[in-house]
Amino acid sequence: MAFYQNIPFFSIFLAMFSGTVSSVLPRKAARVLNTIVISLIMVASVFLTAILYEQGGSYTFMMGHFPAPWGNEIRAGALEAGMASFFCLIMLLSMLGGRKKLDEEVEETKHNLYYVLVNLLLSSLLAMVYTNDLFTAYVFVEINTIAACGLIMIRQIGRTIEAAVRYMILSLLGSGLFLVGLVILYDLTGHLLMSNIQESVKLIVANGEYTIPLLVTISLMSAGLAIKSALFPFHAWLPDAYGYSTVSSAALLSSLVSKGYIFLLIKIYYRVIGIDFIRSNKLVNVLFIFGLAGMIFGSLSAIKENDIRRMIAYSSVAQIGYIYMGIGLGTQDAMIASIYHILMHGATKSLLFISAIGLTDVSGCSRQFIQITGSGYRNKIAGVGFTVGALSMVGFPCFSGFISKLLFAQAALNNTAGKMLPTLIVLGISTILNAIYFMKTVLRIYTPVKDSEYPTWHIKDQKLYTVVIIAFVLCNLLLGLTSVFIEDWISRGLLSFG
Amino acid sequence: MSKLRPSHEKKREVRFSEWMDGSVDPYLGNLELKPQELQKESRQQFEERIRDYAQLNADLYDTEKNKGVKAFNLIYKISSVIWILLLIGVMLLTVSYLPPNGGADNPANNEVTERYIEKGLQETGAVNIVTGMILDYRAFDTFGESNVLFIATITVLILLRKNKKMHNEFDMKDDTDEEKYEPKSDSILQTVAKVLVPVILVFGIYVILNGHLGPGGGFSGGAIMGAGLILYCMTFGFEKTERFFTENTYKWVCFTALTVYCLSKAYSFYTGANGLHSHIPLGTPGAILSSGLIFVLNICVGMVVTCTMYTFYAMFRKGEF
Repeated sequence: MAFYQNIPFFSIFLAMFSGTVSSVLPRKAARVLNTIVISLIMVASVFLTAILYEQGGSYTFMMGHFPAPWGNEIRAGALEAGMASFFCLIMLLSMLGGRKKLDEEVEETKHNLYYVLVNLLLSSLLAMVYTNDLFTAYVFVEINTIAACGLIMIRQIGRTIEAAVRYMILSLLGSGLFLVGLVILYDLTGHLLMSNIQESVKLIVANGEYTIPLLVTISLMSAGLAIKSALFPFHAWLPDAYGYSTVSSAALLSSLVSKGYIFLLIKIYYRVIGIDFIRSNKLVNVLFIFGLAGMIFGSLSAIKENDIRRMIAYSSVAQIGYIYMGIGLGTQDAMIASIYHILMHGATKSLLFISAIGLTDVSGCSRQFIQITGSGYRNKIAGVGFTVGALSMVGFPCFSGFISKLLFAQAALNNTAGKMLPTLIVLGISTILNAIYFMKTVLRIYTPVKDSEYPTWHIKDQKLYTVVIIAFVLCNLLLGLTSVFIEDWISRGLLSFG
Repeated sequence: MSKLRPSHEKKREVRFSEWMDGSVDPYLGNLELKPQELQKESRQQFEERIRDYAQLNADLYDTEKNKGVKAFNLIYKISSVIWILLLIGVMLLTVSYLPPNGGADNPANNEVTERYIEKGLQETGAVNIVTGMILDYRAFDTFGESNVLFIATITVLILLRKNKKMHNEFDMKDDTDEEKYEPKSDSILQTVAKVLVPVILVFGIYVILNGHLGPGGGFSGGAIMGAGLILYCMTFGFEKTERFFTENTYKWVCFTALTVYCLSKAYSFYTGANGLHSHIPLGTPGAILSSGLIFVLNICVGMVVTCTMYTFYAMFRKGEF
């Protein structure tokens, strides 16, 4: 076995170990450790992605001395490794960008606990991406849920506590449904390893013996993960959780936590149930309809909002709707579009959160639109960042949002008429709604105010923040301009997935 | 006390007949207990409660002007009941299609369980197959589970630990009244606890150390030890407990346990996956020092669980150790 094949195992263990170590470190050391660990894992994952992209295919890694159905197993292919590197990149940038705000908003003695949460969150994301065992996935879903809850409430004000309680209730409901689905599936197949379950499912489908429990299992798992990733009617926890938590947490939650669950769902569809069976039964149509509804209603709520952070949060509901719409379309092209949208949304939403905090900071920490008028001039780099993010969300060419909308439209055109028309119409409406609230905000931050009472922040006062915003903008441009390569990577990854 | 009584009441016969009739409560006036009164809600309190509830609703929802909210609340209640009934129906239907409970031909009785049962002892060295399964075959999952406990304590610490420097909106005034967090000294409880606590702790240690030989293991033994610590703290107060269990103890015990687990399993996984020879001896099955890493891992898990239990108690009770 080549040494590079150990990278997924080392990444997961390094993240978990650093979580343990951070609990006894003072705050500065924990911060340095956190940055180093994320960067190390990112570099290693990029290296692994490059190798696997060249080679194609995937490999399994035995966790222990016992082969797969008896012991645990993880599995890596180009798609998984690439996702891991992407998650690390966004996490690194979000942590750096929100560092100053964290110092202000969170009690100093609890900083190292924050880094414990972040490190364990990273480990759980990596494990969810790499695992080849359904129960391991569930264990790490638990870690992910609790870590996310801690991330919300570490800034202790009333709204975050309330948001954390809501998040906990809905998220545990989701975990519960997922667990029930997992138990039924185990009862039907007798396996927890993904590849073995898939073989048994094929037999079940061929015999037609347990079809009804199988359908119930699929719907329970889909519903559970959809609740956890805030698909439209289950998004009640989202606006306060993203809107009031400290900014790093908001960025991590919106671009990584919910995406981890969606990636797990895609993985279950491809590797556990088998994508052919998913396509042949009509269950994904439910996701399709909820996705479409989310695209409209999320944007409508965002238009009504008078609080910039909550507006961005509601926009997430709409974007999650896009992803589920793509999964619901049920073709390979649409799945590629969905995965591309995961990347695009991860890179853009964290940029929006981080730059919005720069805008509110020069407006007396108020998030109301009347106060942030003209803040684009007072904090130039945050203004640029927000504008780029907004343009990308609306779908301006060159930026990543344009490509993902294009991919969705193309995937819809190749679909049956029943799904093509609603997709195209809703895509159009949603784009217009996106433009309404994002462009309104951009106009507002660039409306000049005479004799503003608020201070102006220069770039030299906030060097780290500037670097982070520039990195985010570059990341966005890169996703938009090298989309052919990224599409190719995703489709190759999906091939070795199934 | 006896001086207060007229002489004829002191007689045994009188007291015996009183006890027989039940005309006098023998405890009354002899113990520092007051006779219990039934809790009764007066008319006024009842009306106040109803009024508060109505006030709360009126403050939250303006149902007078917004008829939609009222209608929504009604529809919400009805539809939630319908949904729940529907879900119950679907789940019951599903259960009726599942393989029969305990059937020999069930899909779950396959080569996986067969190997666990038949070769478990030989491959893991643990007489207790369940321990062998969770700490050797599927040790990665169990490592995840111990981290779930760890992160749960971290979250509770974030939520409940008293902030030392910065005050949030919840601790408005400095709470220096330590007394109210301390348990009342109760001589019955203390006498019983003096006997019980050592027994509970020793039993917990036994369950942890014996995990690979018989029923038990880190999770159950840790829970027992945690219960013992909580009983001790409830009886003798935080001042006594602080002599051996402070925040630093928690931090370092958890750190050591998880580090040992992480490093030893990393070694084992690395050698296993890369086909290298592992230098961990399995020992003779049945001996106390056997079954390779399982023995060590059980102790680690037990330590994490103990700390978790006690920390939860301390945090919810007082907000610090």
